[in-house]
Amino acid sequence: MAKRIDVSGLNAYYGAHKAIDDISMSIEPRSVTAFIGPSGCGKSTFLRTLNRMHEVTPGGRVDGKVLLDDEDLYGPGVDPVAVRRTVGMVFQRPNPFPTMSIFDNVAAGLRLNGSHKKSRLKDVVEKSLRGANLWNEVKDRLNKPGSGLSGGQQQRLCIARAIAVEPQVLLMDEPCSALDPISTLAIEDLIGELKERFTIVIVTHNMQQAARVSDRTAFFNLAAVGKPGKLIEIDETERIFSNPSVQATEDYISGRFG
Amino acid sequence: MSVATSHRHRKVTEPRTPLALKQSRLPRWALPALAAAALAAGCGTGLAAGLDSTVQWGLIAALLFVAGTFALTAAVEGVRQAKDRLATSVVWIAFLLAVVPLASLLWETVARGSKVLDGYFLSHSMGTLPDAMPGGGVYHAIIGTLEQVGLATLIAAPLGLLTAIYLVEYGRGRLARTVTFFVDVMTGIPSIVAGLFVLSVWILILGFGPSGFAGAMALAILMMPVVVRSTEEMLKLVPNELREASLALGVPKWRTILRIVLPTSLGGITTGVMLAIARITGETAPVLLLVWGAKTINNNPFDGAQQSLPLYVFQQWQQGSDASYDRAWAAALVLIAFVMVLNLVARGIARWKAPKAGR
Repeated sequence: MAKRIDVSGLNAYYGAHKAIDDISMSIEPRSVTAFIGPSGCGKSTFLRTLNRMHEVTPGGRVDGKVLLDDEDLYGPGVDPVAVRRTVGMVFQRPNPFPTMSIFDNVAAGLRLNGSHKKSRLKDVVEKSLRGANLWNEVKDRLNKPGSGLSGGQQQRLCIARAIAVEPQVLLMDEPCSALDPISTLAIEDLIGELKERFTIVIVTHNMQQAARVSDRTAFFNLAAVGKPGKLIEIDETERIFSNPSVQATEDYISGRFG
Repeated sequence: MSVATSHRHRKVTEPRTPLALKQSRLPRWALPALAAAALAAGCGTGLAAGLDSTVQWGLIAALLFVAGTFALTAAVEGVRQAKDRLATSVVWIAFLLAVVPLASLLWETVARGSKVLDGYFLSHSMGTLPDAMPGGGVYHAIIGTLEQVGLATLIAAPLGLLTAIYLVEYGRGRLARTVTFFVDVMTGIPSIVAGLFVLSVWILILGFGPSGFAGAMALAILMMPVVVRSTEEMLKLVPNELREASLALGVPKWRTILRIVLPTSLGGITTGVMLAIARITGETAPVLLLVWGAKTINNNPFDGAQQSLPLYVFQQWQQGSDASYDRAWAAALVLIAFVMVLNLVARGIARWKAPKAGR
């Protein structure tokens, strides 16, 4: 199921502006990797290059290699649509489809990819909602609109929607930044469970969250405003938060800047 | 207001804080009383000065009321409140000025049009009836309008919709800018020019005769930019996050547009198309040039002259007899009712299809 990601020499651009510069790292399967760093340092951009969502932005362009196990996501002939089926994504703000019920939201990925068998959809929806710890809260109102749920529930609905298509990797772009502490806790617990099955990459501004949920942490920074973001270091979360090998990391984590 | 006066007002019951937040206000009856007074004064002046237009009476009353409220409020409540009242009055007067012609138009049409409007009128054509004779009907014109507008919609709605989808979802760079520019230019085409264009191409160069279809083509030219514009605005309102959410699920772009973007904006798009239909339903000039008008029923829009409601109104009015005047008003009423039903349907669809948040 879960796959490992090897990135080498990756640059991403918005038009003429270079957003991230020469990033290389390995992301281990069945683990949680957290990206931390100041705003604008390219964490989210880098995350979006991992499922080819960066190029959806007008002017977005990428060069370098992203190997998923041994397959280059940016190799010739690779279909971005197939990549996104393998590498799922959860966004910063919960974004359930407003025209769809809770059931249809979870089933959306399968349905829109042409799978319509009722019994299968039902199984997958239940399994995904259980996987996202939402089943008990919504099982009696599956045909109500998804936008009627609370923010935390909506975010878990989006996670259920993302895992319903059975991706290998799950990217999360600040999934808790719009949520209260209790919903955040629910999602963090969920991340702990999901890493048994998926490779998880999470961008967060919350250092405690990175320390709580992740196995490895990558610190990004940028030299100055307008300069591209760089990977400063990536290591075991414990080491990053206790004894990082780069001074800048320690400064950021201890709150001396950023 | 000074502390001394406020103390005098509140006597001895609450002696502690002089309330600076409170200030004297006009009593509730003051404004209605002023309005009545202004109205009376307006009518009085009108009568005295021998103005025979009641509109002038109303204007005098309105001016007196605005000036009176301003002066009175400024004296009692302060200048800021006075300005607030002034702005409120101006907004209300502007609203009334906008509504009065609409209401009187509707009233006039209903009053005059309902005279001959009945089942017979709706289900018969003019046939061989002489113009000065009472009787006859609009059935042929209703059929013609329905067919011409229907054909125009069949041409313009899909083209406009696809153009808007191109512009919002795919269009980048010069081609998109050019398309936008020409859509803007097309929005300003006078209907008679669209009619002349189709006349020269379809009838004069290609040699076809007048037909409902020829009229429908001209109507489609008029309708298309309206559909493009309104659809474009609606598609732009769909949050980008929804597109990204769908793409991130591994859904191809065309499917995202078809299953996420369009359903989310369907209510607004339908409203836009309906309003565009309403706009072309009342067009007379291209129909006059291309469909010519007829007195008998022609069910085939592809062959021969047809009638349409606005053209029927125009031709009946031209006849100049009492009976034809009545028929013109009745047909105008039918036309207004048709457009109104379209608008109501559009609103219904918009409400029905709007994304709902229920628990």
